[in-house]
Amino acid sequence: MVSNLSPWSPSAREIERQSFRRASHNRKRLIAVFSTIFVLGSLATVLITSPGWKSVKETFFDIEYGKEVFPTVIRGLVVNIQLTVIGGIAITIIALALALLRTTKSPALTPFRFIATAYVDIFRGAPLILIILLVGFGVPALRIQGLTSNVIVLGTVAVVLTYSAYVAEVIRSGILSVHASQRAAARSLGLTSNQAMRYVILPQAIRRVIPPLLNDFVSLLKDTGLVSILGVTDAVRAAQINASRTFNYTPYVVAAILFLLITIPLTRYIDRHIRLRSEQQNSEGVA
Amino acid sequence: MSTPVLELIDLRKSFGDLVVLHDVNLEVPEHTATVLIGASGSGKSTLLRCVNLLEPIDDGLILLDGQEISDPAIDVDLIRRKLGIVFQSFNLFPHMTIRQNITLAPIKVQGKSRDEADEIAEELLKRFDLLEKADEYPDRLSGGQQQRAAIIRSIAVNPRLLLLDEVTSALDPVLVNEVLSIVRDLKADGMTMVLATHEMGFATQVADQVCFLESGVILERGSAEQVLRQPEHPKTREFLKRVHEAGRL
Repeated sequence: MVSNLSPWSPSAREIERQSFRRASHNRKRLIAVFSTIFVLGSLATVLITSPGWKSVKETFFDIEYGKEVFPTVIRGLVVNIQLTVIGGIAITIIALALALLRTTKSPALTPFRFIATAYVDIFRGAPLILIILLVGFGVPALRIQGLTSNVIVLGTVAVVLTYSAYVAEVIRSGILSVHASQRAAARSLGLTSNQAMRYVILPQAIRRVIPPLLNDFVSLLKDTGLVSILGVTDAVRAAQINASRTFNYTPYVVAAILFLLITIPLTRYIDRHIRLRSEQQNSEGVA
Repeated sequence: MSTPVLELIDLRKSFGDLVVLHDVNLEVPEHTATVLIGASGSGKSTLLRCVNLLEPIDDGLILLDGQEISDPAIDVDLIRRKLGIVFQSFNLFPHMTIRQNITLAPIKVQGKSRDEADEIAEELLKRFDLLEKADEYPDRLSGGQQQRAAIIRSIAVNPRLLLLDEVTSALDPVLVNEVLSIVRDLKADGMTMVLATHEMGFATQVADQVCFLESGVILERGSAEQVLRQPEHPKTREFLKRVHEAGRL
């Protein structure tokens, strides 16, 4: 630190500049406030003055009925969360294996590499809802002894099959993004190909793909709602049962709000994580 | 005379149609330093990468302590344990601390215990004045410190031969010397090495033998005094003149 500098007091020109900046800042804020009030106000007016608003309000936003169905929907949501957590663990393990298989050059693993590639192509390319229907109704139809016909299990299997393919590709892209010089450095120290992957490449790859992986897991939570088509009583199904009983759709809105209460904070957290990391990397670039 | 640590016989390497090493012959006796000089693209780095088996060769022989390591049937991992290489861009592992970078190979490759490996790392870090950075991550270090750490990482496994690929080219001029002084110390320890460098003053100090490469051919070879002070080949003279003009001599 330099200590023999005279204390700083802003020059007349600087004071002028500051007051100009303040005035300009206040003007921008005023414009933002008016614009927001105008746009949101117009939307609300269009909504409320629309001819069907009264019946929509009753069938979708019945607060009393919402309170009544809330416990059933939240019990359903617990199923979605369980499915996400258990499925998430299975997906991580399978996806990691698929990604490693697809990046290996070992000749003994050639058939597995081929299978892994075909697997990823199929499950990444087919709509999840079709996989759920095929697994959910197809597997029990085989009538193989000992194979479950439990819809929760079959629904989870279908979701895991599809998401493993997505996540495997994310991990694989992370592995490929680690610069070849890291591998060269590891191999030149005498590490075997597998050791280089395990101690040098994979740890760096996983760090890089954590944000996109977290995004995939938010999508996973939402997509667990699709297993309701097999009759699993998750949040979506619970809402559906109530709605079809009373012809009031408020339970759907309740379910949507509950999903949002989990997904919005999660995505905000991920965005913050990504921002912090990119700031960190930028500072590294300067150093 | 005893078997040289490294011997290259009629080494040839090409990338597609481009021949980057042309019938290269070289002997590196034990405890000596061989310095490769030449313009960028003359084949210095490729030669080092071939010796370390990072690049397959097209013809010729590479002998390490008399054993042919260019034999495709050889266990590459076993050979690489005997060779250390330091890269221009350091290539430290960014997710590991300096200590972890250094102890990885002693633990995983040589099967030493964590304590043993730690002891080796600390001794080297202390000797080369980096001990206080042992538990920092590479990105917290200056370029010179990173390169010193990278050199320590490659000598921690006691290589038979150390290859240094333009280890100061990515550094700020004021940081160059702290890296070169380590290399000087290692030379004094009797480490056998091959280095590619643009630092001619340094080459004069450490080299037992200097080779001038041009388009993949060793055009001139001899003592530092001979090649750098009284070059015979006109191309060597021209190269040294250009280096001199750039203020590097």
